[in-house]
Amino acid sequence: MSTADSLGSPETRTAPRPLVDTVHGWVTTVDHKRLGILYVLFGLTFLLIGGVEAAIMRIQLIRPLNDFVSPQVFNQMFTMHGTTMIFFVAMPLLFGFANYLVPLMIGARDMAFPRLNAFSFWLTAFSGLFLYFSFVGGYGLYGAGSAPDVGWFAYAPLTSKTFSPGHSTDFWTLSLLVSGFGSIGTAVNIIATVLCMRCPGMTLGKMPLLAWMNLVMAALVIMALSPLTAAQLMLMADRYLGAHFFDTQAGGSAAIWMHFFWVFGHPEVYVLVLPAFAFASEIIPVFSRKAIFGYPVMVAATLAIGFISMSVWAHHMFAVGMTAGANTFFVLSTMAIAVPTGIKIFNWLATMWGGKIYFKAPMLFCIAFLFQFLIAGLTGVMMGSAPFDWQLGGSYFLVAHFHYVLAGAIFFALFGAFYYWFPKVTGRMYSETLAKVHFWLFVIGFHLTFDFMHVPGILGMPRRIYTYEPGRGWGIWNFIVTIGVLFQAAAVLAFLVNLVRSSLRGKPAGSDPWDAWTLEWSTTSPPPEYNFGSIPEVKSRRPLWDLKHPEDPDWKYE
Amino acid sequence: MYCLIGAEVAIFVIFIVAYLFYVGKTVSGPTPAVLHAPLFFSVCLLSSSWTIHRAVAALRRGQASSFARWWLTTIVLGALFLGGTGREWQHLIVDEGLTIGTNLFGTTYYSLVGLHAFHVTMGLIALTTVSLLALFGHVKQEHAERVDIISLYWHFVDVVWIVVFLVVYVVGR
Repeated sequence: MSTADSLGSPETRTAPRPLVDTVHGWVTTVDHKRLGILYVLFGLTFLLIGGVEAAIMRIQLIRPLNDFVSPQVFNQMFTMHGTTMIFFVAMPLLFGFANYLVPLMIGARDMAFPRLNAFSFWLTAFSGLFLYFSFVGGYGLYGAGSAPDVGWFAYAPLTSKTFSPGHSTDFWTLSLLVSGFGSIGTAVNIIATVLCMRCPGMTLGKMPLLAWMNLVMAALVIMALSPLTAAQLMLMADRYLGAHFFDTQAGGSAAIWMHFFWVFGHPEVYVLVLPAFAFASEIIPVFSRKAIFGYPVMVAATLAIGFISMSVWAHHMFAVGMTAGANTFFVLSTMAIAVPTGIKIFNWLATMWGGKIYFKAPMLFCIAFLFQFLIAGLTGVMMGSAPFDWQLGGSYFLVAHFHYVLAGAIFFALFGAFYYWFPKVTGRMYSETLAKVHFWLFVIGFHLTFDFMHVPGILGMPRRIYTYEPGRGWGIWNFIVTIGVLFQAAAVLAFLVNLVRSSLRGKPAGSDPWDAWTLEWSTTSPPPEYNFGSIPEVKSRRPLWDLKHPEDPDWKYE
Repeated sequence: MYCLIGAEVAIFVIFIVAYLFYVGKTVSGPTPAVLHAPLFFSVCLLSSSWTIHRAVAALRRGQASSFARWWLTTIVLGALFLGGTGREWQHLIVDEGLTIGTNLFGTTYYSLVGLHAFHVTMGLIALTTVSLLALFGHVKQEHAERVDIISLYWHFVDVVWIVVFLVVYVVGR
């Protein structure tokens, strides 16, 4: 219908299509925009589930010796919360945005392999459902609930048949194996799209930063998810075929699982944060009314992060006890990765410097992202030095640190991206008031929860304990942390209400509500199935600027 | 395909690292000393890289019968290799009593060689599919580029075998 409208066709309203047709259309779609939306809806659903799990944990910890849930359920909650948030919230959301935006931004009509794209999405979707089937499947049917309970990094030998009987760990392994295949498929697709489908005139040096960062992200997925896949295959061989990879009884090594897992696990952080950088790099210039500062340096820093991130994994393992040489190497590489990341922060600041800043919701989220990512990075540098890590690794300080990265940086950037591209995807404006309510509630909730979470860590509270004794001085801090969850939940509620209400009844947005500069804003909102009537041709990094300001185009200076 | 190969390389690297990490750490049971390098079958597999290259080159020139000949030779060579692996495993399981659960050597050996054999099998399925399509006349000169992608995968499988061979039969012993 939108297609007909945008072409100005005389036929007005056709009868609404039957529901079956609509569902069939969505299920069988290979359109990158629809798949992007499916990814995002899938991610949002699991965001709610993962959020409920977090809330259950926080209620349990609100006071000493609480008995809201049993220790067994608590173990399942932190395992499922971690696994869900990483694999079935953050990655689908970011892949969804990549799917939707990358072809539009590089002036292509679809991804390079549309059917592979659909296949990858359904792999991810079913692996997520499969993971949650563990609550009712297996022994769960007898009311025993066999959700995985080995922690999201599932250290050996906890995962062996001896310590993890039943099928709970199998659900975890298989689900991550399948979703890993889905992610690799998407990554292959993104790389092929960016390298082969750019519109005429768009050299790599004129590509929007979002496309660049997603390219590096996809390369990291390929290099990082594959080791995880291999490690899951080994774990399955251990569990089903009686192999001894991680079986310490037969000379196997538990530490090698850690290495294999973190070879995936650390680049994974950058898989998640690079798209967040990408959002910031698109949103900040538009709302500062200035071109991005230091484009080539941004690209170089992205590539540097990509390379260095492959050699920092063992900083998750200082407390395991490695040789002094290994410790030194991983401390240094961890410190080194802070440099390109710092460069990026300065570039965003320099973009804002002297700009005419509009404090709309996307920009607010990006500014908060900058602050919080800085703090997350600073505690990261602290944790990155081995002696400090020996003291605080495995404590609530660590939990606070990585939530600062994941929630404070990645989710803030994601929310910014939601508001920024909402008009493009739905064709309607969101409610700025509700968005501001969302922003402030989330900022307050986030800081209540995660600022104060550092403190019990320093006071010695280890992660993953289901309760604690009174008189340790942890009670008040845990109370504040849990109160923050209330604010965050209210904020997410405001966000969802805004999404639903505005997509139904928002004001029409027009094709370019932000007076932005990249190609996705040159087509209608929502874009027609074929994206562009004629394939655009670009001369600079800001093709729409050139179009709007023919007297002073960018390509004269680049 | 290059990206997929990149991902595959990463998977193999992990398995090879595991193999090398556990070399000599076996506490009981057969050790790598029981292995005999399958030279003949390795030559089969490696030469199949050459035959598939000839097949694609023939298709590019539009010589259908020459393409079919070289393509089928590739399949036969690949199947021979797979048969060789099967015989080797039979020998190890029946005569030496080595299974994946016996000890660390068995675990790493069967998983690494098995992972490669799995890739050979997938390759053979792809090759056979193409030959069936060719039988019904669906593979023509203009498809050379697509067929070339399968040959790329096949070359990758061969190259991996060189590495696996060196690791398992040369370094590992």
